[in-house]
Amino acid sequence: MKWIFFHKLGSPKWFFDISGKFLPWFIVIGISLLVIGSIWGLIFAPKDYQQGDSFRIIYLHVPAAILAQSCYLMMAASALVSLVWKMKLADVFITSAAPLGALFTFLALFTGAVWGKPTWGTWWVWDARLTAMLVLLFLYFGVISLQTAIEDTLLSSKATAILVLVGVVNIPIIKYSVEWWNTLHQPATFKLTEKPAMVPEMWIPLLVMVIGIYCFFSAVVMLRMRNEILMRERKTKWVQRLVSG
Amino acid sequence: MNFESFDSFINMGGHGLYVWLSYGVGLCVFVIALTAPLMKRKSIIKELSQLQRRKQRSLSSNENSTGIT
Repeated sequence: MKWIFFHKLGSPKWFFDISGKFLPWFIVIGISLLVIGSIWGLIFAPKDYQQGDSFRIIYLHVPAAILAQSCYLMMAASALVSLVWKMKLADVFITSAAPLGALFTFLALFTGAVWGKPTWGTWWVWDARLTAMLVLLFLYFGVISLQTAIEDTLLSSKATAILVLVGVVNIPIIKYSVEWWNTLHQPATFKLTEKPAMVPEMWIPLLVMVIGIYCFFSAVVMLRMRNEILMRERKTKWVQRLVSG
Repeated sequence: MNFESFDSFINMGGHGLYVWLSYGVGLCVFVIALTAPLMKRKSIIKELSQLQRRKQRSLSSNENSTGIT
């Protein structure tokens, strides 16, 4: 039973059909949560006693940074699947997720810089957390360019999978950079094992934003995967029927 | 509600520039992320259906030519 599911999951057509059903929900829920979270964070959350209103950037910065890293972890898991089981869909995921990962890493870096200016007095420091995040951005660029540089699909999926797996060492470095080194960057806002240090009025909208950004990412990654599948499977009957119909 | 007036909301306690710059760029990122694949989908469908039509035309013209001779 389990293995049937696994093989189905590897079938592009099956994914195309099932993702079409889930997509509208993810788009609607994702965008609603993002709008609710932003309004909540911008207007209703109390201001920080030290940073004043500039702390409201957290509602964009933290979700973007969390997503940027977990997107890479998902790509690494897919890379493993792609190398071991040669599953087409895993490679489709890596291709579709990498530009999004780069986009959200950029957003995390940008909002971090803009937040740093009023808080630390500088846009940028070569601090462990920030540098590791910049490395993540370049890893995403590397994955994107490697995939576009190699024409042969099989070869390029293998090469990118290996690059993604090698680059995964950067993720624990980002995560623990604030603990291993003395940095300007503050420690994690959310920890699974502890209650957040903020008051609920502050962290609930943040949680809404984090869930919202995951739903949004799921929707957009599905959209991109569906495009990628259409292109890769363009010679199959089901795509030709879909295109003509 | 955390702000007394609309002006104080825009001003963000003097940090308005930073907050709104972040959220402005953030909005752009989300809009780009969503619209890019939607537009790509349209162009893919168009491209593939044109390709298909061209193929069918050449196929049917081949049949005609063999039918005549």
